[in-house]
Amino acid sequence: MYDGGKIITGLIIGIGLIAFPIWLNAGKAVKKADPKLPAKEKQCVEPTQYMLTNHMEVLDLWRDSVVRLGDRYFISFDGKKYRVSLQNTCMSAECHPKKKEFCDECHDYMGIEPYCWDCHIEKGEKK
Amino acid sequence: MNVIVSLTISSIAVVVLVLIPLIGVWGLHLHYLFGVVIPYLAAATFFVGIVYRVVDWAKSPVPFRIPSTCGQQKTMPWVKRTYVDYLDNPDSTLGTVLRMVLEILCFRSLFRNTKLQFGSGEKIKYASAKWLWLGAIVFHYAFLTVLIRHLWLFTEPVPFFVQLLNKLDGFLQIFVPTIYLSGFVLGAAVTYLLLRRLFIPQVRYVSLPADYFPLLLIIGMAFTGILMRYLLKVDMIKVKELTLGLVRFSPRVPDGIGVIFYIHLFLVSSLFAYFPFSKLVHMAGVFLSPTRNLSNNSRAVRHINPWNYPVKVHTYQAYEDEFREKMKAAGLPVEKE
Repeated sequence: MYDGGKIITGLIIGIGLIAFPIWLNAGKAVKKADPKLPAKEKQCVEPTQYMLTNHMEVLDLWRDSVVRLGDRYFISFDGKKYRVSLQNTCMSAECHPKKKEFCDECHDYMGIEPYCWDCHIEKGEKK
Repeated sequence: MNVIVSLTISSIAVVVLVLIPLIGVWGLHLHYLFGVVIPYLAAATFFVGIVYRVVDWAKSPVPFRIPSTCGQQKTMPWVKRTYVDYLDNPDSTLGTVLRMVLEILCFRSLFRNTKLQFGSGEKIKYASAKWLWLGAIVFHYAFLTVLIRHLWLFTEPVPFFVQLLNKLDGFLQIFVPTIYLSGFVLGAAVTYLLLRRLFIPQVRYVSLPADYFPLLLIIGMAFTGILMRYLLKVDMIKVKELTLGLVRFSPRVPDGIGVIFYIHLFLVSSLFAYFPFSKLVHMAGVFLSPTRNLSNNSRAVRHINPWNYPVKVHTYQAYEDEFREKMKAAGLPVEKE
């Protein structure tokens, strides 16, 4: 091998960089996100599967509905009428009162910070 | 090979690569195969293949420096050299390192691309041609951004630089979920590189399926990724459970991840497995370009061919010793009496 020392060093650095996620995770157990679901309320404003993948779109729609159209009511897929409000409907005592136990559980797991909380505050939190 | 044939072959290959996971996951429910086994095999092929290729290259002797003629070589002190000459025709290790940095991070060689064209009137001239450089650099950096961004699926907690990059990438805050610019830029750049191959006759003439296939494969990857994020949607919490399981070596496939995810993953796996066998291995090869990584010091340092064997020589002194008497008799001049 010619210039073997330099090439092998470079190769080890390169492979090490690409394999970053493997050695960073070495020895760690797989963690799962475990958002706390409401005790009594069983049905959200849309089917669960839809909420899992599209809740951000629902919330975006809700925001536009209130802020742009002044429409505070939402008829859900099963015909129920909801008051459009993140803090008073979604985060009411019967549903998801604690941001930490529900919203943050998955968002922290995924390492994302939605900008909901630029405007909204969690109940009991002072700003 | 004809462009139609090349394009057809590569397109069929990519379509087949989409159909395999579609049938395998949707029809045959082989979630574990497509979610765990194939990604592991692809990653193993990638790492082993890259190491094999690099070691193979390292075994090839580079017996002499290949002087790059891009700049004035170091010579007599009265011959002026500018900083361009120091960078393009370096005689020191520092200069060579800087040349490599420019090559790898800024694609210096592509930047120097020129095109022969008509100037004003009948005169022809070489003019700078930067479109390939622009397309290439946009493509590579967008791809790098996308790749680093994907670390959000392979780390827990997600490192700050990945979060920062995601925020920067989505800084426009338009659409929900936020548009990540890099994905669209990547798609646009790779499409440009493909169109360039198709529409410039000289480039089309030298293009083969090995050129079209990776471009189409990357277009497929970008397209399925964008489709999955913005339109078809998958449950990302479950996806992260799977990907985190892969890198923490306790793989598990959660139920209910959409088939689009498996198609995206299979295309990415195909790229990784194909990598060491294809032109894509220039990622490792660029570091071993002998015209770039060797300083041009052939005049200052003697480089001995590594496969030289001891040559039997007959020096003049020995020759004269052997024939001195005969030379004297013939009246030839000798050095030693």
